[in-house]
Amino acid sequence: MGKKRKMPGLNTSSTADISFMLLIFFLVTTSMDTDQGLARSLPKPPEDDQKNIELKIKERNILNIRINKDNYVMVGNDYASLADIKERAKEFIKNADNKPNLPELKPKFIKELGKNVMITKEHVISVQTDRGTSYGVYFAVQDALVTAYNELRDEAAKEYFSKKKFEFCTPDEQKAIREIYPQKISEAEPKKYGGQQ
Amino acid sequence: MPEMNTSSLPDLIFTILFFFMMVTSMREVTLMVKFDKPTGTQLEKLARKSSTSFIYIGRPTEALRGQYGTGHRIQINDRYVEAPEIHDFVYAERDELAEADKPFYTVSVKADHNTPMGIITDVKQVMRKAYALKMMYSANKQQ
Repeated sequence: MGKKRKMPGLNTSSTADISFMLLIFFLVTTSMDTDQGLARSLPKPPEDDQKNIELKIKERNILNIRINKDNYVMVGNDYASLADIKERAKEFIKNADNKPNLPELKPKFIKELGKNVMITKEHVISVQTDRGTSYGVYFAVQDALVTAYNELRDEAAKEYFSKKKFEFCTPDEQKAIREIYPQKISEAEPKKYGGQQ
Repeated sequence: MPEMNTSSLPDLIFTILFFFMMVTSMREVTLMVKFDKPTGTQLEKLARKSSTSFIYIGRPTEALRGQYGTGHRIQINDRYVEAPEIHDFVYAERDELAEADKPFYTVSVKADHNTPMGIITDVKQVMRKAYALKMMYSANKQQ
């Protein structure tokens, strides 16, 4: 009986197109907001009994970066622009000429190279802000510091492994370079300016 | 030539569509703050979106300014909070994760570039107290 009574079929050829459009719409809207940024790990909260013990770090091993409420940046004792920060940080982290006012160079055995490398393994970069500092400036400083580290790591990749960039190195080589230039940006306790220390 | 039967093609594509709708998450919260993220050059991508919580910081959107004023506010999950409330939020969010994902729990802070650091510092201190130690300063890539 199916043969005799022919139902005119609904033309569904465009349904595929419609659902394709829906599909593409969802693909576009959902993949748009991939989040990116600077990852940081915070230090553990202080235990109650050690609140007053401050970590003793030699003065030459610390690079203090201070940003005041008017968003002026000081590196050490000088005012600095964002471009200066990168150069100062690189000079500080590397201490190529073994200057007495820059961090101590200590030998560290790097397995992947099979030899000791002189590195400033105890250096710390500390960024201190005022409560009124704007976040954008703080972020720009953090970004400049990461740039400094990344450029040094690229240089190390060239020097030790003759690769053009850090990202072209094998995982083992990357690990070695990370040991040579460990990223040490302190997220330490904020200090109040002008208060007692 | 016999025509190919394409009547099941829409069904196939609908299946793909539903699959995508399920696995990708649309933005769950409606933003109540306006923020213009800072720009940077050395950004990393967020590795695990599923084990991440978001904290938004900025001025209230225009529609809400009459009610809440124009000061910088912190938003989590569709409401404004004060910094200390983040402690419980972080604990609750981390509790919902599977045991294997807990070490990767990250908090992404999406803040306006004009936000005073005081607020950010408060948030960071609360996160430290709650042992949510992995964080991310969300930003836009510089063109």
